Amino acid sequence: MPYERAAPAPNLVPIAFRAGGFLPRRIPFMAGATFAAALGLWWTATSLGWVSDLALPPPAGVLAAFSEMITNGMLVKHMAASLQRLLIGFALGGSFGIAVGFAIGLSSIARSSALPLVSALFPIPKIALLPLFILWLGIGEVSKVATIAFGVFSPMVIATFGGVDSVDRGLIRMAQSFGVPRWTIIRRIVLPGAMPAILSGARISASIAIILLTAAEMIGAQYGIGAMVLASGNLMRTEQLVAGVLVLSALGFSVSQGIGLAEKRLLRWR
Amino acid sequence: MDLVARNITHAYGGMRVLDDVSLTARGGEIVAVLGPSGCGKSTLLRIMGGLEKPVSGDVFTSGETAPGTLNPLTYVFQDFALVPWLSVTDNVMLPLQHHPMSDTDRRARVSSALARVNLSDFSAAYPKQLSGGMKQRASIARALAVEPAVFLMDEPLSALDAQTRDLLMEDLTRLWTETQFSAIYVTHNIAEAVRLGHSVAVLSRRPGRIREIVKIDMPLAERREGAPELIRARDAIWDLIRAEAAVADREISHAL
Repeated sequence: MPYERAAPAPNLVPIAFRAGGFLPRRIPFMAGATFAAALGLWWTATSLGWVSDLALPPPAGVLAAFSEMITNGMLVKHMAASLQRLLIGFALGGSFGIAVGFAIGLSSIARSSALPLVSALFPIPKIALLPLFILWLGIGEVSKVATIAFGVFSPMVIATFGGVDSVDRGLIRMAQSFGVPRWTIIRRIVLPGAMPAILSGARISASIAIILLTAAEMIGAQYGIGAMVLASGNLMRTEQLVAGVLVLSALGFSVSQGIGLAEKRLLRWR
Repeated sequence: MDLVARNITHAYGGMRVLDDVSLTARGGEIVAVLGPSGCGKSTLLRIMGGLEKPVSGDVFTSGETAPGTLNPLTYVFQDFALVPWLSVTDNVMLPLQHHPMSDTDRRARVSSALARVNLSDFSAAYPKQLSGGMKQRASIARALAVEPAVFLMDEPLSALDAQTRDLLMEDLTRLWTETQFSAIYVTHNIAEAVRLGHSVAVLSRRPGRIREIVKIDMPLAERREGAPELIRARDAIWDLIRAEAAVADREISHAL
């Protein structure tokens, strides 16, 4: 009688569950609570006088500095100057970077000539080139934009050609076996296949662009968040300084949200 | 149209994979190419469709293609090679896009190809939403849409489970009965070879040589699992493979 239930063994020991953990999840409202706690700590520390107002202004002071800059129009002026530099620099560096990355990914000549050059440029901290750009292009907008564009260019090249290299060769051979023209293969197979890498390159180079933007504006600019932060420091107006830093945080955050949105739309097929 | 390979020899970095192979796919016939893994049968197929250059030997076509044929030599790949970011419709559309024809004609080709493999309901799906069998049917639809003169099938059922494989063999039989296409069908599976091949070219171990071409006269539509004629063919092929294995064993014992 093989299917009859066996009599229970004398000592039944339950087995232990061993597969817990390694699955971090998002707990709802935890992010908001953390921010509230940080704000609370900041408020307590300043209102109880643990730190001087000069070293760390109270939240209310920062808020006041914000509203002052909004009403006297300075925030818009600084933001407009910074955004313009950032967008033009990022667009220029990004588009050239993608183009050169594709060339390196698709042509042996470009790979043998441009890649070593880009690899040599890549490790240069691009802010070191700003003085040179100022000598060449003057102290105005062009030298700042050039620094940002240059800083965006090399990581975009590296990300793009890595993405092109990672495109499934089987898909390319498939398209060739159907006689699909080269340009269509590049547009419909290689470009979408490289898109995940291009977008993650954009994410990295956007943060590089914001660093360069701030540094370039600190070296020589009348308007711009970086210039404003530096000037506030020099005048010991820390509440305005902190407000500027918060603006930079918001700027970086919205750029990365924007790229996240682009990923969601362009990489829906994943 | 016939596809003729003459005296194909190929090597990868000094390792010979094909040795003087000649093979002909005649119009309206499926030639199964059967051999152990690594015997060069997939390489032979890639050479015959112009995806690889042989060290020596030539591949020719002879005869006219049908007027609707857009891509005479068309592959069906083992891993399906569906473009992940294109819907099923767009995958089938991709090879039609560069041919001069009206959009209506293109869409008609796509929908008729999808209907022939029973995928019409999934035309908007992305490849990752399909099962393995459906993926391969989508890739067969892509091939059907260009109305090939010769299908070049590279182990099309090897990535599928046994049940799906049986169902797809029935599909392929039905498709062939509807339009007598010619095909080279590369496989390592004897059951597939005897079910779908009008003839079975048995390749030796590496370097691949044609050991024998076994003809099977039974019509495709009448072939069933366990039909005596298929069993005879299978046994004949098994004997060839066994003899081959015995040679291999002797070679190994000499080497020791």
